[in-house]
Amino acid sequence: MSTPSQDRPLGKVVVDAATEPYWAAAREGVLKLRRCTACRRPHWYPRPVCPFCQGDTEWVDAQGTGEIYSLSVTRRAGPIAYALAWVQLDEGVTMMSNIVDCDLDELRIGQKVRLTFKPDDGGQPVPMFTPA
Amino acid sequence: MPTPRKACIAGAFEHPTRKAPDKTVAQLHAEVARGALADAGLTLADVDGYFCAGDAPGLGANSMADYLGLKLRHVDTTDTGGSAYLIHVSHAAQAIAEGRCRVALITLAGRPRSEGSSGTAPRLVTNTTPDVPWEMPYGPVTVNVYALAAARHMHEYGTTAEQLAWIKVAAAAHAQHNPNAMLRETVTVQDVLDSPLIADPLHRLDCCVVSDGGGALVVVHPDIAKSLKRPVVNVLGAGEAIKGTLGGHVDLTWSAARFSGATAFAEAGVRPSDIQYASIYDSFTISVLIALEDLGFCEKGDGGRFVADGNLISGVGQLPFNTDGGGLCNNHPANRGGMTKVIEAVRQLRGEAHPAVQVKNCALALAHGTGGMLGTRHGSATLILERQ
Repeated sequence: MSTPSQDRPLGKVVVDAATEPYWAAAREGVLKLRRCTACRRPHWYPRPVCPFCQGDTEWVDAQGTGEIYSLSVTRRAGPIAYALAWVQLDEGVTMMSNIVDCDLDELRIGQKVRLTFKPDDGGQPVPMFTPA
Repeated sequence: MPTPRKACIAGAFEHPTRKAPDKTVAQLHAEVARGALADAGLTLADVDGYFCAGDAPGLGANSMADYLGLKLRHVDTTDTGGSAYLIHVSHAAQAIAEGRCRVALITLAGRPRSEGSSGTAPRLVTNTTPDVPWEMPYGPVTVNVYALAAARHMHEYGTTAEQLAWIKVAAAAHAQHNPNAMLRETVTVQDVLDSPLIADPLHRLDCCVVSDGGGALVVVHPDIAKSLKRPVVNVLGAGEAIKGTLGGHVDLTWSAARFSGATAFAEAGVRPSDIQYASIYDSFTISVLIALEDLGFCEKGDGGRFVADGNLISGVGQLPFNTDGGGLCNNHPANRGGMTKVIEAVRQLRGEAHPAVQVKNCALALAHGTGGMLGTRHGSATLILERQ
C-alpha cells in the first residue's frame, strides 16, 4: 500500500498579537518557541505567561528537528489524505503538525523528522515536518 | 455507619427520536424536561435548580429557563463538552446538600444529524480559542484527534485493532435489544476491521453515531425522593478533572479519568471490582479502553486484553457496559454522550433496562464521560450511583 502525501488547502492562519511574530519567523524559515525567562523551560503552544511558573516568556529559535510522538493518517476527512501528528521537538516540547512530502503509509511513531513549510491559502508558510 | 446521602436521581428520560429535522433544539430541551419530570412524578413548578451546557440555545440558562417557564434559585452552566451532564449531577447533589435547591433539572438536546455534523469536520473553531491558531492549520477534526490517542496506546502497550473492535461488538450486542437505537445490527470483530479506515487506526465502526435527540435528569433532595413512587437512586460519589496538552509535555496514554475516577471512588467508598454495571462514554472505541484503565478496572496498558472476548457484554463478561448500545450504536445526541450514560445507569439500577441486558440485582453502577478531545484537551467526569 502506498499513499503519497499531497498538498492540501490549509485555509488562512490566524494572525493576532499572540501569533504575528511566529508567522513572521516562519516567513524567514524559522520555527519559534516560547521559553520562560524565569524557569527557563520552553512550552508549547506559545503563550506570553509561562504555564509552569507564570513567569514572562520570550521567543527562541527551535532547531526544527524531532520525532513523531503520535500519528493518524486521516483518510476520510475531505478528498486528500493527510498525516496529523504530535511531533516531539528535540527541545522537549510536543507540537501538533502534519508530516508531508512522504509516503503516508510508511510513517511510524518514533520516526525522526525535520522542519519544512507549506503555504496557507494566502501564501503564509506554515511549519510542518518531513521524514529526516 | 450509614452512607451519607446528598441527593438522588429521581427522573430520567431519553428522547426516542434519532432524527428531528422538524423540531427546534429548544423544543427538544422542553420535551426531555417534560419527560424526566413526568418520570419522577414531579412538575415544572417543583423545579428550583436548572443545569445546562453549551448545547442549550441562547445565553446560558437565561434563554432556556425563560423558554421552559422555570422559576429558579440555583443555576449552573458548567461546560466540559459531552461530560458536562455528569458534572451537573455532581454539582446538583452539592447544591441540594447545601440547601441551594431541592429539585434540579438537567437538560441536553441537539440536532447534529439534521444539521449535517460529522466527526470528520472541524469543531469548536473560533479564532479566540487560544489553541486554534497553533492547531487548526493541521486539520484536527474529531476522529483523528482521538485516533492520535489510539495510535500511541497501540505503540506503547501493543493494543490491537481487534481488541478495540470488541468494544463495538459489545455495544452492538446490546443495541439489538433497543428499539430506539440507530444501529441495531450485531457486528463481529471482522466487521469492524473490514469497515473503512477513517483516521488510522480508527475504522468507521470504531466511531459513534451522529444523532438528533436529547435527554434530561431530575436530581432531588433525599426527602423528596422518598416521597416519590420511583426507585431511589443515590449519588454516592462524583469526580471531575480536566486534562490538556501539559504545556507541550503531551502524554496520550492516560486521560483525566485517572483523577475524576479516583475522586469518585474515594467519595463513594467502593472499588472498581464492586461496580456491577458501567456506562462509559464511547465517542470512539479508544475512549472506552483508556477510561477503563484510568478508572481502575484494569492495569494501565491492559485495556485491550480487558475488553476482548466479550468481557463488556451483559450476561457474558465481567463488566457489562453501555447496555443501551451506547454512543457507538444507540444515540449520541448533540454530539455529547454524557447524558445518555447516566440515563442507562439509572435504568440498570431501577431494573428497567431491557430484560436481555439487565444486570441481575444491579445495586452499584458507574457512569463516566470524556468531553472534548482525548488527543488534545478534555474534561472527564465520573459518577458512582447506588440503588437504595
